[in-house]
Amino acid sequence: MVLSDLLEIKEKELASRKKFTVRCCLAAGCISSHAEAVKDALNKAVTDAGLADQVEVRGVGCLRLCCEGPLVQVDPSGTLFEKVTPQDAPSIIKALQGGKSTARVGDPNSSFFTRQMSIVLENSGLIDPDRIESYIAVDGYQALRHALREMSPPDVVNTMVKSGLRGRGGAGYPTGLKWTTVAKTQSTKKFVICNADEGDPGAFMDRSVLESDPHRVLEGMAIAAYAVGAEHGYIYARAEYPLAIKRLQNAIRQAKQMGLLGSGILESPFNFNIEIRIGAGAFVCGEETALMASVEGRRGQPRPRPPFPAESGLFGHPTLINNVETFANVPPIVRNGPEWYAGIGTEKSKGTKVFALAGKIKNTGLIEVPMGTPLRQIVEEMGGGAPDGNKVKAVQTGGPSGGCIPAEALDTPVDYESLAKLGSIMGSGGMIVMDETTSMVDVARFFMEFCMDESCGKCVPCRAGTVQMHHMLEKIIARKATLQDIKMLEELCDMVKSTSLCGLGQTAPNPVLSTLRYFRKEYLDLLKTHDGESKAPATEPAPAARS
Amino acid sequence: MKRHQFRADSLIEVLHKAQELFGFLDTDLLIFIAQHLKLPPSRVYGVATFYHFFNLKPKGEHTCVICMGTACYVKGADKVLASLEQFAGIKAGETTADGRMSLITARCIGACGIAPAVVFDGAVSANQTSDSALNVVKGWVQNGSK
Repeated sequence: MVLSDLLEIKEKELASRKKFTVRCCLAAGCISSHAEAVKDALNKAVTDAGLADQVEVRGVGCLRLCCEGPLVQVDPSGTLFEKVTPQDAPSIIKALQGGKSTARVGDPNSSFFTRQMSIVLENSGLIDPDRIESYIAVDGYQALRHALREMSPPDVVNTMVKSGLRGRGGAGYPTGLKWTTVAKTQSTKKFVICNADEGDPGAFMDRSVLESDPHRVLEGMAIAAYAVGAEHGYIYARAEYPLAIKRLQNAIRQAKQMGLLGSGILESPFNFNIEIRIGAGAFVCGEETALMASVEGRRGQPRPRPPFPAESGLFGHPTLINNVETFANVPPIVRNGPEWYAGIGTEKSKGTKVFALAGKIKNTGLIEVPMGTPLRQIVEEMGGGAPDGNKVKAVQTGGPSGGCIPAEALDTPVDYESLAKLGSIMGSGGMIVMDETTSMVDVARFFMEFCMDESCGKCVPCRAGTVQMHHMLEKIIARKATLQDIKMLEELCDMVKSTSLCGLGQTAPNPVLSTLRYFRKEYLDLLKTHDGESKAPATEPAPAARS
Repeated sequence: MKRHQFRADSLIEVLHKAQELFGFLDTDLLIFIAQHLKLPPSRVYGVATFYHFFNLKPKGEHTCVICMGTACYVKGADKVLASLEQFAGIKAGETTADGRMSLITARCIGACGIAPAVVFDGAVSANQTSDSALNVVKGWVQNGSK
């Protein structure tokens, strides 16, 4: 496999394009709304209409507006159909040649779509994730070829440094710096790990990337391996994502057949193999040292750092560990140059970020926006605000490690520093909107319960602290707490935050702290007054689910 | 079954496969795995109990997984769970006495765009309410009694 072979596949693939392409979303969200039946019906409708030589029905990755699924989009007109049923299929095919479809037509020019900027998701919803040719046709694996043939490993590392890309897993550690550290170590054996253990409840970006464009992640990993000098890679994926795992396995097999993975990649001396490791449902395994323990087949418990994984990681060898979205950013950076990438976003946070928009919001789905986009634009303009005329009360970012951002602060630009200033974190990209019917104390309790269950039990502050904090929150919700309890809760939060071993414990108090900071009144309203009567019996502590 | 060259680090993969084949992991099975991977049984048991995904008890004929991720939770997954618990007379994580149904909660199944989501026997259903979920579960119970 050399450049001419890649180009030939691309030519062939482009030449086989038919006049019309009907793209049917086959990501997990739409499949649960019976998108596979829709695709079958579309195929049948094409054959019945005798248009098989003109129309291609293609199963693609996520078309993003998950709440209106199953989605079908038609090229070249770009018409988007929402909530498609198999019965709509014949009319959609008819509509290709003029005519009206019974399916609901969506607006691809709404700000939900136009405000997006696609880098990571550029192929999502366009290519068939099950066919490597489809990826090669959009210049896939060209970046890997370019890196292998025209760049030395230090060049590649430098490119990443210059691009300003930061880890998309949550903490935002500069990717270039991480690569430099691993590349510098003198070891004959190194590993590259892709962290696809997307444990944050409410986040589904990585799942979508893996389901929509798995080859991009493989290519990113291969470039990383070349840059740091590794020959073996692991993808640690959640067992909860069977479809993503299936598509990855398929992608790895295809890439091996084509000589894009394995030994002597693209006729260079570079070898790289990727193995998938499946998690088994432990949130803490998203923490890098715990993840590596899990890859080694042990309990996923973190260990103190240093030594950092970059020096002593998997099986004691230097290990580069990055998130799915980080690796997905690598091929376009190599292809378009670091200057291009560094030109997007804000001064300290470069590029784009994919968010999973969910919760009490009209348009739920996947969005990718440049760093620095104000939250208000994402929530109100793109997301369409809260449903049923309710007001948005808060936005929760970063999952159980993040915090709640109140509606007053919606004008904050989305970047690592601004979110940290508000007491939240960027996190992996889950964005849950809450409206006025949601009780913030209950949300805090929900996250604390999560952390309590997911604590691995290795260090005491996290193991015992989360239980105590949960207990206090329960007490507050039961209206049995006093001001003294809130004070104690705050002290405990501070203690757990500063003394826990890993990220899970250190960030576990964040949801409590941020809700205490912005929604203190809700806590105070639930306090017991001196005569034993509750102050505000009117507000119901139960979470709101009246929609 | 032991495609992984009996490597100790493949323990989790082997456990996955074993659970897929047998439905759950009983003590004999764990000891068997420990012997073949040359690992202490304590290590195998520790790993099997550490991860939520592995069951040490048999599951019911039908399983109903309720997603309790944040997005599903703020949209009322707790209400769905409560009504199912009441109907079946069991708590989340338990199986009915007749072995008909298991009720499980999940941390997040990544289907937040269609919250609240419930997985009935492996098929994800979108935008569930207490009533719609009860209908499915009632269907199971009735079919079984025929």
